Amino acid sequence: MSDLLGLNAVAAREALDKKAISAVELTTAYLGAAEATAGLNNYVALTADHALAMAAESDKRIAAGAAGLLEGLPIGVKDLFCTKGISSTACSNILKGFVPPYESTVTANLWAAGGVMLGKLNCDEFAMGSGNENSAFGPAVNPWQGKDKVDLVPGGSSGGSASAVAARSALLATGTDTGGSIRQPAAFCGVVGLKPTYGRCSRWGIVAFASSLDQAGPFTRTVADNALIMTAMASHDAKDSTSTQTPLQDLIGAVGDGVKGMKIGVPKEYGMDGMDSEVVTLWEQGQAWLRDAGAELIDVSLPHTKYALPAYYIIAPAEASSNLARYDGVRYGMRVDAETLDGMYEATRAAGFGEEVQRRIMIGTYVLSAGYYDAYYLKAQKVRRLIKGDFDEAFQTVDALLTPATPSAAFPVGRKIDDPVTNFLNDVFTVPANLAGLPGIAVPGGVTSDGLPLGLQVLGRPFDEASLYRVAGVLEQAAGFKMTPARMAGGAA
Amino acid sequence: MSDLVTGRTGDWEVVIGLEVHAQVSSNAKLFSGASASFGSAPNENVSLVDAAMPGMLPVINRECVYQAIRTGLGLKAQINLTSVFDRKNYFYADLPQGYQISQFKDPIVGEGSLRIVMADGSTRDIGIERLHLEQDAGKSMHDQHPTKSYIDLNRTGVALMEIVSRPDMRSAAEAAAYVRKLRSILRYLGTCDGNMEEGSLRADVNVSVRRPNGPLGTRTETKNLNSLRFIQAAIDYEVARQIEIIEDGGAIDQETRLFDTGTGTTRTMRSKEDAHDYRYFPDPDLLPMIVTQDEVDALASALPELPDDIRDRLMGEYGLSAYDASVITEERDTARYYEAASDGRDRKLVANWMTVELFGALNKSGKSLENCPISPEKLGELVGLISDGTISGRIAKDVFADMFETGKGAAAIVDEKGLKQVSDSGAIETLIDQVLAANQDKVEDYRGGKDKLFGFFVGQVMKESGGQANPSMVNQILRSKLDGA
Repeated sequence: MSDLLGLNAVAAREALDKKAISAVELTTAYLGAAEATAGLNNYVALTADHALAMAAESDKRIAAGAAGLLEGLPIGVKDLFCTKGISSTACSNILKGFVPPYESTVTANLWAAGGVMLGKLNCDEFAMGSGNENSAFGPAVNPWQGKDKVDLVPGGSSGGSASAVAARSALLATGTDTGGSIRQPAAFCGVVGLKPTYGRCSRWGIVAFASSLDQAGPFTRTVADNALIMTAMASHDAKDSTSTQTPLQDLIGAVGDGVKGMKIGVPKEYGMDGMDSEVVTLWEQGQAWLRDAGAELIDVSLPHTKYALPAYYIIAPAEASSNLARYDGVRYGMRVDAETLDGMYEATRAAGFGEEVQRRIMIGTYVLSAGYYDAYYLKAQKVRRLIKGDFDEAFQTVDALLTPATPSAAFPVGRKIDDPVTNFLNDVFTVPANLAGLPGIAVPGGVTSDGLPLGLQVLGRPFDEASLYRVAGVLEQAAGFKMTPARMAGGAA
Repeated sequence: MSDLVTGRTGDWEVVIGLEVHAQVSSNAKLFSGASASFGSAPNENVSLVDAAMPGMLPVINRECVYQAIRTGLGLKAQINLTSVFDRKNYFYADLPQGYQISQFKDPIVGEGSLRIVMADGSTRDIGIERLHLEQDAGKSMHDQHPTKSYIDLNRTGVALMEIVSRPDMRSAAEAAAYVRKLRSILRYLGTCDGNMEEGSLRADVNVSVRRPNGPLGTRTETKNLNSLRFIQAAIDYEVARQIEIIEDGGAIDQETRLFDTGTGTTRTMRSKEDAHDYRYFPDPDLLPMIVTQDEVDALASALPELPDDIRDRLMGEYGLSAYDASVITEERDTARYYEAASDGRDRKLVANWMTVELFGALNKSGKSLENCPISPEKLGELVGLISDGTISGRIAKDVFADMFETGKGAAAIVDEKGLKQVSDSGAIETLIDQVLAANQDKVEDYRGGKDKLFGFFVGQVMKESGGQANPSMVNQILRSKLDGA
């Protein structure tokens, strides 16, 4: 088999089972691809020996006829996941050198299904960012380039994951999505990214950013690949009190089910002023595709949408300010010594946390403090309930919602870094689903005139990922998105 | 009874409220599977959750919730079917998460009450404001190294119940009675071992003073008192300190104070201005805690009989004094001992023997009821021998001492030593005749009007009998011989 990297996950599984390729060959190809595209800085640790050992085990199981769902498939892991015996830093200096003695539930599920771990992927520090520019390892870069060949951000916070899947240096990748951190980079890099329903995947062993919003999910090249890895990732976990016991639907089967008879809502509030006209065009195109496939398109209203972003930027930092208190230099990670305990805290946290993380800790501390709690945090929680109510109302009449994934295509590295508020706006279409705990998927729909990918987003009812895959499957087929990025492993450039 | 304190400028009323931290009796901690046992080597009982490793999550230990509900039921309190765990945020080296998981707005247990009994037998009902569950912190050790502090996380995450009273107490004695009673209920329920030396039960004391019926004064809070003696000493000191300041024209600062066990004084720990802003908010790692009425009912129906109920029964059915009933019911083991010892016996007499002789002997020998050499059945046997006239109360004291020493049965000792009471009227009559004959002059005096000499004759007869003569028969026969002749 000559084009190992050209196989999507479903195809690779078939080839492995037919013994047309071996897991070691496939893994070797991906390790080579990761080295070849090292300039994208999407890996922060490549665990080649570990990967090859796992692949060899996979080959044995395949030979024994005991292949798991993901047997032999090379997977990159966002550095936010704790991986046993392997450095796990959340791309923060404060966790530099931290090697957990435990494995996150999600990654443990992947390895139990036969997945092969390639290494750890770059992300925004503690998953705080929309461009992967806030990483202690430096920015990850988007393999796509515009006409001017300027380096573009891959999106964030799971930028390394999206970049690696797009650049074919990982067949599959994990990410986490707190306000859009899977869907936005998936859209920027032209890959498929799912944020499952809150509670669908265990949060145990994932470095927490904002506990009530964080949710792990997969990055893949195709919708079918996505349903495949998602089936292995999800599980009820007694170690996570917010983990669901709702049974998982047949996701793999849903991909080809089509949308005939489905009611798809188009929320008018997602048509925002100043939005890129190409984004609007794609959105309308997406509606047409679904209508052509037999769905009924219905205009719906989500009246509190405009309050989602402000509410999110209160709730997420509030939780983060508390979640990140444990990084204090006492037990693990970085410590900067000082004369007093308070001095040690201050020196350690000043040196260990980057600027954006410090900003959010300060915002979060402020909004929770006495005298401000009611005006900020409590009000934001009320807004959150209203937003959830908007969706509940809409889902009385429609089965899923179609929206753009992002207000624009990927932007150049460094362009917006001095303007945090503009950066926050990247999350405008993705944040409401986190506040409401809903599943959302980003699918590549087309490219801009500059040749950069744009994505469509499908939102669904809680624990109805199957409907997302049905809609996403139709969009994928209709879009026929075949373009590949300039800086792809084994590619032209 | 007045608890007013007299100062230089008049009377003062003391107002006291207590926050008691009671460690929940459970095998595992509140949110992690680690052991909650006492006395392990440093950092032996620490899970990944306790050490707040990245990505670790709390999972509620349902047994701790049940223990809190049992306690709430024992305090006749409102059980809240929905309660919420909040984070109380502050930095300290022995607080790995950087926050304590506690309950702030919506505690598991709401209002209840607790009845205290004072030494004179009078009772007062003290209001309970709330009970909530929270995590304990770890321990910082500053004396292990010249320049470093050591941290022991064994206690980190152990479940505590914080039980908050209304400011209903008016004296140090009432505060002590409150803690004693609360401890008694916790131990009956088996929800806290009540061991103050090991820190299983600690109290924060809020004290203020005011003019009788006047507006409430400014309070101070003295933290972390771990004995009844310290609680009373801290209150007494605070009351005197506050009255002196106010009478000198000063004002009380609302502040947190520490008690110095060496000097018996309190000193400022932090003022109101330095108070932490704990930034409480609902812990997003945990869902609201739901318990069903069925669960509560099941716990209620399995609750043991509590001291107040037993006390009422002992006073009502058995006719015990308020004091005896309170002493006997303070500890579950004591009440059980009493029930066994007094079964089929003179209930009041057994109570008397327990509270005076038995407790006296235990006290003196440093023993507890647990390793008492006299079983309840044997004490009952002794009382039975008194009741049926086999031995006198005085002889019984000797028998008791022997029993306590040897662990033998009462009847066996009486037999062995020939202590059986003489109730043969002929024999007693002979003794009396001898005594009267030997004291003719006093017989004359008695008959001449000095009737107080009667006691003298009784004493002589008892002495001659070696204490074994039946005292009521001696009385009766002697009277007929002296008065009737």
